[in-house]
Amino acid sequence: MSIEKTEELILNMGPQHPSMHGLFRMVVHLEGETITHIDPKLGYLHRGMEKLAESRTYSQFIPYTDRLDYLASPHNNWAYVQTVEKLMGVEIPERAEYLRIIFGELARIASHQVCIASTALDMAGWSAWSYAFRDRERICDMYEMTAGSRLTVNIMRIGGMIAEPPEEFWPALRSFLDDTPEMLEEYYGIFFGNEIAMGRLKNVGILTKEMAENLSITGPVLRASGVDYDVRKAEPYSIYDRFDFNVPVRTGCDSYDRTIIRLDEIVESIKIIKQALRDIPDGPIMAKVPKVIKPPVGEVYHRVENPKGELGFYIVSDGTTKPSRLRIRPATFINLQMLSIVAKGWKIQDVVAIFATLDAVLGEVDK
Amino acid sequence: METLNNLFLIIAEAIRSLFADPHSVWANLTMNVINFIIVVIIVVLAALILILLERKVAGWTSQRPGPNRLGPRGWFQTIADALKLMGKEDVTPAGADKFIFKVAPMIIFCLPMMTLAVIPYGRNMAPINLDLGIFYFVGISSISTLCFLMAGWGSNNKYSLLGGMRAVAQMISYEIPLLFSLLGVVMITQSFNLGVIVEAQSTVPFIILQPLAFVIFFIAGLAELNRAPFDLVEADQEVVAGPFTEYTGLRWGLFFLGEYGNMTAMSALAATVFLGGWQGPAFLPGYVWFFMKVGVMIFMMMWVRWTFPRIRIDHLMHLAWKFLLPLAILNILLTGLGIYIYRFVMGG
Repeated sequence: MSIEKTEELILNMGPQHPSMHGLFRMVVHLEGETITHIDPKLGYLHRGMEKLAESRTYSQFIPYTDRLDYLASPHNNWAYVQTVEKLMGVEIPERAEYLRIIFGELARIASHQVCIASTALDMAGWSAWSYAFRDRERICDMYEMTAGSRLTVNIMRIGGMIAEPPEEFWPALRSFLDDTPEMLEEYYGIFFGNEIAMGRLKNVGILTKEMAENLSITGPVLRASGVDYDVRKAEPYSIYDRFDFNVPVRTGCDSYDRTIIRLDEIVESIKIIKQALRDIPDGPIMAKVPKVIKPPVGEVYHRVENPKGELGFYIVSDGTTKPSRLRIRPATFINLQMLSIVAKGWKIQDVVAIFATLDAVLGEVDK
Repeated sequence: METLNNLFLIIAEAIRSLFADPHSVWANLTMNVINFIIVVIIVVLAALILILLERKVAGWTSQRPGPNRLGPRGWFQTIADALKLMGKEDVTPAGADKFIFKVAPMIIFCLPMMTLAVIPYGRNMAPINLDLGIFYFVGISSISTLCFLMAGWGSNNKYSLLGGMRAVAQMISYEIPLLFSLLGVVMITQSFNLGVIVEAQSTVPFIILQPLAFVIFFIAGLAELNRAPFDLVEADQEVVAGPFTEYTGLRWGLFFLGEYGNMTAMSALAATVFLGGWQGPAFLPGYVWFFMKVGVMIFMMMWVRWTFPRIRIDHLMHLAWKFLLPLAILNILLTGLGIYIYRFVMGG
C-alpha cells in the first residue's frame, strides 16, 4: 500500500461556535489536528462606536462605553469620563474618586472571575465555571443596589458618580471582601490545582517577553510574560498613587500564568478596596459641571488599566457639544494579535485554551 | 425472602411450564424474546433516569438546583425532553453518505442491549449465560468505535470528522488497558463466565484483591465511554458535538440513549467483576444489591465528569500507553505471582 498524501483541512470556527466568546471567527488550517495557520476574522459585533460618538453629546456617549468591555463596564465609563474631565480641566470631589476606585476594582474582580470561569468552561470545567459566576453575582447585586442595572452599569458621570451607594451596599461589600480568600481557595482547589488543568495550560502557548513587548500587549497577559507594567503604577490616574498595592508579575509566559495571574490581581484589588473603605471621606459625589458640557477646543488622550489591559480614549474637541472625533484604544483587540502567532503548532484544543486566557470581550474588540 | 430473591426465576419457570415441553425450542425462543424485552426496558429506563440524574448531579456539584420545574422536583423533565426530541425535524445533510449516516445511531443503540444481555442480575439470572462473557462484552462494546467513525465520516462535516478520528484513536488505545485490567480477575477465577466470577466473590469482592486493576478499569472505562475528562470525541468547546454535530431529533436521541446505555453496561460490568455483582448481605434480594452497585459506579462517573476539566489529547495517549498499560501488565504479573504463592502455601 502506498502512503497517501495528506490534505490540509481548513476549518471555520465561529462566529457561531461554543467557545468563541461572542462573535469571534477564526479560520484554522489544520494538519491532522495541528494548526499550521490561523486567520482571525473580526467585526461581527461592529457597531461603529467611534462614529456614533460624533453624533452624540459628551454625556450621551457614556452608556455606549458600557457596551465596549461589558464585563467591566465601570472601567469604560471611568476611562471615558476621565478623558472628558481632563479635556475640561474638571476637579472631581474626593468621595467620588474613592467611589470610582471601589467600583473600578469591584469590576476588575468581576471581570477576572468571568475570565477564570470561561477559561475553565472552555476546558469543560463546569463546576469551576459556576463557582466563579456564583461569586460574581454578589458584585452584580452591589451594582444593582447603586445604579439599578447589573451588567452595563453606567455608574459614572462627567464630574463624579451617578448616585451615592445605599445603606445596604456597605455591609454587602464588607462581607464580600471577607469571603474572597475562601473563594479564591475554592477556585484554586477545583481548577488551578487540578492536574488535568495544569497539563492543559502549563507550557502551552508561550508568549515570550520580547514578543509581548513587540506586539504591544497590555494587562495581565503582558504581566504573565514577566513585564512589570501597569498603568496604575506607571502613570497613576485618579488617586491610585495613594494606595499601597503590588502589581503581580509572573514569568511563566504560558496559558497557566495568564490565567492564574488573575487570582493574584483579585487579591490586590481586595487590598485596594479595603484601603479605600478605610479612607473614604464624606462629601459630595458630583463636581460643579455645567449642564451643557462644552469642552474647549483641543485634543486629549487618557488611558486607564482596564481588567484586560490598557484602555485609552482619544478625543478631539472643536468646542461644540459633540466630539469632533473619538478614538478608542481597546485592550483585547490589540492583545488578540498574539493569537495567530502563538497558537501555531498547537492543537485545536490548545487554541481554544489560549484564546480563553486572552479574556477577549468582543464588544471591545469590534467596538 | 428466598421467594423474593428468586422472584424472577419463579416467574420464568411459570412461563416455561405453560408449554407442553418446558424445554422445547418454542419455550426457549419465548424466553429469549422475553429476556430481550426486559433488557430493552432496562436500557431505556436507565437512560430516562440517568439523564435526569446527570443533570441533578451536575446541579449538585456546581451548587445550583438543576431541573426543578416539571413534576415533583423536576422528575418529569426527561420525559418532556424525549417528547420534544420526537417532535424535531429529521434532517439529513445534503452531502452526507446517507446509508452510513442513518445506520450509525441504530447500531450504537443496539450495543448496550447486546452487552447487558450477558450480565448476571442475580443468582442464575443472566439472560444469556455465556462462557466467554467478559470476552464477548469487551468485543461488543468496542464496536461503538465503529459507530462513532461512521457517524463522523457519514455526516460530511469537518467537526464530525475530527470527532470521529479522535474516537478511533482514543477508544482503540484504551481498550487494551481495559481488557488487561480484567485479566487479573480472569486469572484468579480461571473463567471468562461472569456468573462464575460473581460466585467467586462470595467471601471477598475482587476490588480488595485487585485494587490496581479496578482503578485502571475505571479510568479506561471512562475513556472507552467518552465520558469526561476523556470526552474529547464530543468536546463541545472544540469540535462542537463531534460525530453528533449533524444529527437531529430521534437520531440524536438514539446516540444519547446509546451513550447512557453503554454507561450502564460498563457500570454493570464493573459491579459484576469488581464489586461482587449480586452478592451482598441477605436482607435485600441479589438484584437490588446489583443495581445499587451499578448506581454507585454511575454516580462516580457523573461526579468525575462535572468536577474535572477535559484532558489534553497528547496527555490522553500518554496516559494510556505509558502509564495504564504498563500498570495493567504489572498487575497481571503481581496476580500471577500471588496465585503461584497461594498455591505453593496451600500445597496445591
